[in-house]
Amino acid sequence: MPQYAAIIYSPDVDWTAPEQAAEMGEYDAFTAAAGAVIRGGAALYPTSTATTVRVTGGKGGDVVTSDGPYAETKEVLTGFYLLECADLDEAVRLAATIPTAWNGAVEVRPVIDFGR
Amino acid sequence: MDDPPQEDAAARAALVRLVRDEGARVLATLVRITGDVQLAQDCVQDATVRALETWPRDGVPEVPRAWLVAAARRRAVDVVRRERARTPKEVAAVHDPSGTGPPDAVPPGRWGADPALADLDARDVLDDDLLRLVFMCCHPALALDAQVALALRTLCGLTTAEVARALLVPEATARKRLTRAKDKIARAGIPFRVPAPADLPARVGGVAACVYLLFNEGYAATSGDDPLRVDLVDEALRLGRLLVGLMPDEPALLGLLALMLLQDSRRGTRTDADGDLVLLAEQDRTAWDRARITEGVVLVGDGLRRTPDRPDPYVVQAAIAACHALAPTFGATDWAAVVSWYDVLLTVLDTPVVRLNRAVAVGERDGPAAGLAAVEALLPPGGGGALADYPLAHAARAELLARLGRDDEAAAGYAAALALDLNDATRRHLERRLPERRTRRS
Repeated sequence: MPQYAAIIYSPDVDWTAPEQAAEMGEYDAFTAAAGAVIRGGAALYPTSTATTVRVTGGKGGDVVTSDGPYAETKEVLTGFYLLECADLDEAVRLAATIPTAWNGAVEVRPVIDFGR
Repeated sequence: MDDPPQEDAAARAALVRLVRDEGARVLATLVRITGDVQLAQDCVQDATVRALETWPRDGVPEVPRAWLVAAARRRAVDVVRRERARTPKEVAAVHDPSGTGPPDAVPPGRWGADPALADLDARDVLDDDLLRLVFMCCHPALALDAQVALALRTLCGLTTAEVARALLVPEATARKRLTRAKDKIARAGIPFRVPAPADLPARVGGVAACVYLLFNEGYAATSGDDPLRVDLVDEALRLGRLLVGLMPDEPALLGLLALMLLQDSRRGTRTDADGDLVLLAEQDRTAWDRARITEGVVLVGDGLRRTPDRPDPYVVQAAIAACHALAPTFGATDWAAVVSWYDVLLTVLDTPVVRLNRAVAVGERDGPAAGLAAVEALLPPGGGGALADYPLAHAARAELLARLGRDDEAAAGYAAALALDLNDATRRHLERRLPERRTRRS
């Protein structure tokens, strides 16, 4: 069955902060409801902890690290789920129940199946 | 072959038409069987070529559709067998660009079907397949322009070159759009399925929007110069009829077909011999297509009966079009009814353009002063408002000012409209009105 990454974009957030407790509760409800199809996922620390890595001048070139996320935007990648669904309609239906869908946005991307 | 060439050509044209008419249903079934839009298209194309080769010789089969499905399916089986017979490395290269996948089998289609095993009791499932294809092509995960191109290619059976000419884009653009759409269908897993009942109203709305966009592209285009250009209005009507046939109780689809028929009933009278725009008030009503009007009005009734509680925007717009179509003269139009229908429409489709159209109707019902007040509520004389960039709003205001004898302001209004983006026929029309005001003044 195809897998979909449900990629969560929201205002930069510290999921561990006490004021997130209410939303984390909503997330608990989502994971309980969708448990049967969740194959993986993670909540990410805020972008203040992010490091972006680039190698300039091609393979073997200089490693340039910079503080911060890949792109400075209002809404950032704050987590993701890996979902196993029959098709895009099912994945979209599920993504619409992820709490961030109404506080930010959830991008649904099919996962490549290399057959392993 | 004793037939004179002319009869040959006529017979061939009839065959081509028959094959094309069956094409969408045949394609839909092949998509189900193979689970792959591109493979299905290739196989239907192959079957079409075979049909045009053998039918003139052997006669048209009793059930052409079943013949075409069987031929296309045989082709699909051949293709898949050939792929299976390839060396593992080649198969892996085709289906797994990373080269890391298992080499032993061709993956089944997205819907798990194996063409060699698929059942073929085609006749009773063909309509279901076509319905599935409609919803796949008009899936909201596809951009609207991709939906339109895909609908023309698959549901209307146009070639890629014809799609390009119909949409007035370069062929490479059309090809890219189609490839990208088919790619997304396959990779993202856009299902070949009729949506669940709970999702159906929204999805039917999406299908209707796609077809109406197609219709408007054709209706608004005034360039009749390209003889090769496929008539988008005809294609949209064809799709509209197809959809009503597939879903006869969906008010949005009844309303959509009614609206398109009623608008198109005026086709021959909307422009004059020079290609210049003729206003509704000046159109030759005796030349309106009575058959289309009758069909459209009946469909409006059907749509209204199915929406006693919540009006459907297409049905209501068609009802407004029916008021115009049934009026013996412009002056005899029931403007009170038109305004009332606009009031109904605003409860479900409240846009600045709908408000403008209502204001214009108010002008016809209550006189130009009332109309001007209503228009200026939307397009403040001091500038601004949601319609500031909409040329027809400026033109409507100018028209009402002219009727009130305020010629200088009218001229300024027409000039404001002309300063905005316009198609050629509308531009010529407004330019004609401009000097008229000026001459009267001098």
